Amino acid sequence: MKKNNYYLFTGIAACLLFTVLPSCKPKNTADAISGDAAQKVYVAPGKYDEFYDFVSGGFNGQMSVYGLPSGRLLKIIPIFSVFPENGYGYSEETKPMLNTSHGFVPWDDQHHLELSQTNGEIDGRWIFANGNNTPRIARIDLTTFKTAEILEIPNSAGNHSSPFITENTEYVVAGTRFAVPLDNDNGDVPLNTYRKNFNASISFVKVDKNSGNMSIAFQLKVPPVDFDLSHGGKGPSHDWFFFSCYNTEQANTLLEVNASQRDKDFILAVNWKKLEEYVAQGKGKKEPANYAHNVYDEKTHSATSTMEKEVLVVDSKDLKDICYFIPCPKSPHGCDVDPTGEYIVGSGKLAALIPVFSFEKIKKAIADKDFIGSYDGIPVIKYESALYGEVKKPGLGPLHTEFDGRGNAITTMFVSSEIVKWNIKSLKVIDRQPTFYSPGHLSIPGGDTRKPNGKYVIVYNKITKDRYLPTGPELAQAAQLFDISGDKMKLLLDFPTVGEPHYGQAVEASVIRDKSVKFFDINKNENPYVTKGEKEAKVVRNGNRIDVYITQIRSHFVPDNIEGIKMGDDVYWHVTNLEQDWDVPHGFAIKGAPTAELLVMPGETQTIKWNPEKPGIYPFYCTDFCSALHQEMQGYVRVSPQGSNVALTFSTGKNMPDSTSTPPLLEQ
Amino acid sequence: MKKLMYVSVLALFLFACNSSSNNDNNNTADDTTTASTDQAADANANPSYDPNRGEGKFTHVDISPNLDKAKAEAGKKIYEVKCSACHKLTDERLVGPGWKGVTKRQTAEWIMNFVTNTDAMISKDPKAQAMLEICLVRMPNQNLSDEDARNVYEFMRENDGVK
Repeated sequence: MKKNNYYLFTGIAACLLFTVLPSCKPKNTADAISGDAAQKVYVAPGKYDEFYDFVSGGFNGQMSVYGLPSGRLLKIIPIFSVFPENGYGYSEETKPMLNTSHGFVPWDDQHHLELSQTNGEIDGRWIFANGNNTPRIARIDLTTFKTAEILEIPNSAGNHSSPFITENTEYVVAGTRFAVPLDNDNGDVPLNTYRKNFNASISFVKVDKNSGNMSIAFQLKVPPVDFDLSHGGKGPSHDWFFFSCYNTEQANTLLEVNASQRDKDFILAVNWKKLEEYVAQGKGKKEPANYAHNVYDEKTHSATSTMEKEVLVVDSKDLKDICYFIPCPKSPHGCDVDPTGEYIVGSGKLAALIPVFSFEKIKKAIADKDFIGSYDGIPVIKYESALYGEVKKPGLGPLHTEFDGRGNAITTMFVSSEIVKWNIKSLKVIDRQPTFYSPGHLSIPGGDTRKPNGKYVIVYNKITKDRYLPTGPELAQAAQLFDISGDKMKLLLDFPTVGEPHYGQAVEASVIRDKSVKFFDINKNENPYVTKGEKEAKVVRNGNRIDVYITQIRSHFVPDNIEGIKMGDDVYWHVTNLEQDWDVPHGFAIKGAPTAELLVMPGETQTIKWNPEKPGIYPFYCTDFCSALHQEMQGYVRVSPQGSNVALTFSTGKNMPDSTSTPPLLEQ
Repeated sequence: MKKLMYVSVLALFLFACNSSSNNDNNNTADDTTTASTDQAADANANPSYDPNRGEGKFTHVDISPNLDKAKAEAGKKIYEVKCSACHKLTDERLVGPGWKGVTKRQTAEWIMNFVTNTDAMISKDPKAQAMLEICLVRMPNQNLSDEDARNVYEFMRENDGVK
């Protein structure tokens, strides 16, 4: 009895301790966590997370998918980078996805993601991704979680202010970070002729309402400044798009110093609706171009790459009522529009304040021609005439802002390593919390749409330092999850991420979860090399081309014994997974193949090309543990010298007698 | 002292209530595996499980004495794409048992339930479980429609000599 009492009192004491802790002032990172943080992020085994979090992979060219609030990594989706893990970029079916005007490019730098929207709300159909280095935009299908389309952007370099969208996904935009001589201009010019020969461009990519297919509708030629980030208007500002830019000094060397000279750079406001009308009236010029358009067809399980030869170009100098510059302090980075569409938040990387512009005031200033002059032919609105107000002393190095849907904004402060919550109307700072360390983007589910879900903010930090066990010189990047449902933002969780996340977007799982494809119907598989049933499995020679129509099902291949392949043959393994159930991919790997393996989804066909290196026996096997007899899922292929007379044969389960000796038996 | 005991019991009870309601809130996952396991536990305790019918939507299938040739032909096509990888038409076992005589060993309802409700049946049906011990590979759910299942059954009858 006494012992029980002791435990009881200890328990009560512990409870008291926990309730007292949160009221203490946080002295270090451990104290910043309140007692119920673990409970708030715990998702019991077998339970689903409440949110999907799609996170850009930066220099890995991929996108990763996490569950929130747990921070569990659910999937990595290759977009711009080859992925030997599943054969993306190696299989004949997916190679065309990475084709560009520069040929096959196996990598890119993936910065920003944007979920498709209808009426300013996330509709869960697709997510768009930018390729920064070799300018491209990708569309990922959210039923298959595969890259469905990649469109190259001509007349561009450093596709950074992308892939942001208009409210009904009418357009995805692409703006250049690097001004360059355009594709049809002579590029062999001295670098110090930047102002004369270099141009920037902003592309408006039309998205088909039903198929999602992308095409460049028009490209706006703009002055040679560095476009950084962008966001579409909403509601009253629906017709407009806003782009932040720096390097209005038009420097081409030591930008760190030379692009930081002016007190103010710009946000460019573009009336895309009017631009659309002008284009419909025939303004703009069709110019020759050369850029790849790669589409993955879910029926044939294969991609095709088409080189597009034309682009419609409109020069901002020719149209007087399309573009307006709004001065914005100190090299603006983030350019974010609040859920009402009335307030545009610019974030000067080097500024100690956050300017908030009013769309009403911008409209009025344009009507009143309240300009301070023009920059390269584009009117510059007077700063004060566009400004709603400034958030004073928010912190150092404001970068990005998202919105909680309750009239507040949260901004990351890169230099002072914190997030700051402020009220849009009053411009007063409400709360600030340290982040660990140097936050870049942040994301609230739906936080850049008309309808944010103000439960959490996820902050993507650039520096990890001491947050995790050391792993040598390179450390995982850190994401941090904060509860923002109350007045005070509360740090709940750190989770390491893959690659270098820039932006991420989160959405309620219910918007996407139930539309997920579980397997592909084998009867609807239109891959020209499909094998619909083992009866159709075969090996066909046509000159030195060999087509192997091979099937997989738990747990064998048909055929699994192949002879008669010769040196110099191009062998195409067309692997069809005959399974028709969820979560039963099979793998295909062959010894010495200098490419990759294939991971074939149920009902899918994928092809890997193989050129044997020398005569011999090559084993192949399934790499994805599929059943108790997975380890038995294997086969052999025999390669003979060129000119050999070994006949082409193939079989499975035809236990041909050993032609040399009988197998050894155990002594009785 | 006794009072304290009551308080602690009450506290435990409250905690239990809390944690179960939390679980309910979190239970947004529609996980079929969990569901079928739960049902399996129920079925084992339930003597009314009919091992001749199995579990699934088929309670009674009308079978005519003569073969429906069209159905059998459609069933053969499905067999070639979705079944032949593991089942021979003889009595030889490949991955799964050969089909010779299957319509004499099992009822139409059992077979059609098994091929459309595979995971649940493997989890509870004594005959399916006995077969798993021999084959050691769970029969994959090949997502046959109700009509597919009926056609495959007719093809099995043809294979068993029904004219």
